Amino acid sequence: MLPDEKRDLSKSHAGKMMAGSMEAVAIAERRPAWIRWTHWLIVGSVITAMISGITIFVAHPRLYWGQAGNGLIEPWVELPIGPNYGFSPWEDHRAFAIRPDAITASRTAEPFNQNAWARSLHFLAAWVFVLALLAYLGTALFTRHIARKMVPSRAELRWAAIRADIVDHLRLRVVAGHGASYGLLQKASYLVILLVVLPLMVLTGFNMSPALAALIHPIDLGLQTARTIHFLCFAVLILFVIVHVAMVVLTGFRRQMRSMITGR
Amino acid sequence: MIPRRSFLAGLASVGAMSLTGCDAQPPTYGSLLRTADLLTYNAQRLLIPRTLLAPEFDVADISSFPAIGTTDPGNPHRSDYNAEQGPIFDRHRRAGFADWRLRIEGAVARPADLSLDALRRLPRRTQITRHICEEGWSAIGQWSGVPLHELLKLTGASPTARYVYFYSYDNLVDCIDMVDAFHPQTILSYGFNGSDLPIAHGAPVRLRLERQVGYRSMKFVRKVVVTEQFDDFRRKGWVRGWSWYAGI
Repeated sequence: MLPDEKRDLSKSHAGKMMAGSMEAVAIAERRPAWIRWTHWLIVGSVITAMISGITIFVAHPRLYWGQAGNGLIEPWVELPIGPNYGFSPWEDHRAFAIRPDAITASRTAEPFNQNAWARSLHFLAAWVFVLALLAYLGTALFTRHIARKMVPSRAELRWAAIRADIVDHLRLRVVAGHGASYGLLQKASYLVILLVVLPLMVLTGFNMSPALAALIHPIDLGLQTARTIHFLCFAVLILFVIVHVAMVVLTGFRRQMRSMITGR
Repeated sequence: MIPRRSFLAGLASVGAMSLTGCDAQPPTYGSLLRTADLLTYNAQRLLIPRTLLAPEFDVADISSFPAIGTTDPGNPHRSDYNAEQGPIFDRHRRAGFADWRLRIEGAVARPADLSLDALRRLPRRTQITRHICEEGWSAIGQWSGVPLHELLKLTGASPTARYVYFYSYDNLVDCIDMVDAFHPQTILSYGFNGSDLPIAHGAPVRLRLERQVGYRSMKFVRKVVVTEQFDDFRRKGWVRGWSWYAGI
């Protein structure tokens, strides 16, 4: 995940200033302010949303598909995380006459639950995240940033080129400043995160809101399906963040951070 | 030094004014978290038509349904037992709620004490809806009861009323705004899945508030008070810290 770094002396002021120097290296294109601002707003809000989101998740670390899912329904998966794993303190089971395969039971103990602050913090982060993501995607589509920098060319999509990029990454042979554009895997991961995972995160989040449910009923995925997809998006995002930060470190942490903070 | 709390409260009211004007706000917000809750409240009130219904389902969709929180306010061996209300509830339960009355008072022309039979004789709404718990689980059940707007009409609620408060036998207090109070699906429910409401689910009568998260649907309701004021009870007791508005 390399930031692009054009080495084009002809357009560069810095190039002219350093004309007498033997190492005339200049960066022609500054990273625009709107990318830097939205990047860091998204970083801050996503970290906050992840911390509060994990806190919310461990209150009920079970995932289901469909509309209904609870302690009396078999989960798709129960993750062995946190104090509520295996929490099942039920008594007084009774079937409903109206639908005998559905039951009720009373819970005899209170689970670990920090959702009072975690939920409010999650939605505070969500407000910042949604607004920053909208600003980013709106500007990136309008300025053709995504089309120019992230959509692979036909040449890049040849099998040999794909294989070469994969092999380079596996051998950690990824160097910064090797050209003006992102690598193929880098482009693909940015596209998937920006156009699929992050928007899906927002939509499945909306899908869990009881008030918005009235509005989005026609495209309702099912409450628990939405929650499960929300969680799977989180898992993909964690993976992305790990690889993204690793690539920043591998390709020169100080230079990359300077570029994303100051633009140079 | 500027007190941080009042600064953030100020921030909250600025956020409120920018969206809907400052007159209709519950003045209960004094932190950054509450500011976001208030923003969500205003945005959802602005975007979602007032009478738009929460999704309703079929009998075949009815699912298993946990009873959590207080499951018996009359049991003195439970930690959530209330020494004042618990014995009263226990007495009503032993009598099959025959002498039980729902008290409706406050900014109403005709305060009332309604028996379970009186509530059953009022117009009834039956709805199969989704209960969404803040913990992350959900369940589908069928609720029957009297729409709250029928009770407000019956008792002659003041046109200047702004909130409806509910008091419970496990000694909770909560309130909703008039948008929720007049919503067609906001009912005081006495029937669950075709039977009388079980004790564990809030007998004899519980609130159903279908466009908010489950903890706003109070169980074991004993008193309804219509007011023109917002009382910030959420700074006290166990409800401290939970968002007053939970449409998300």
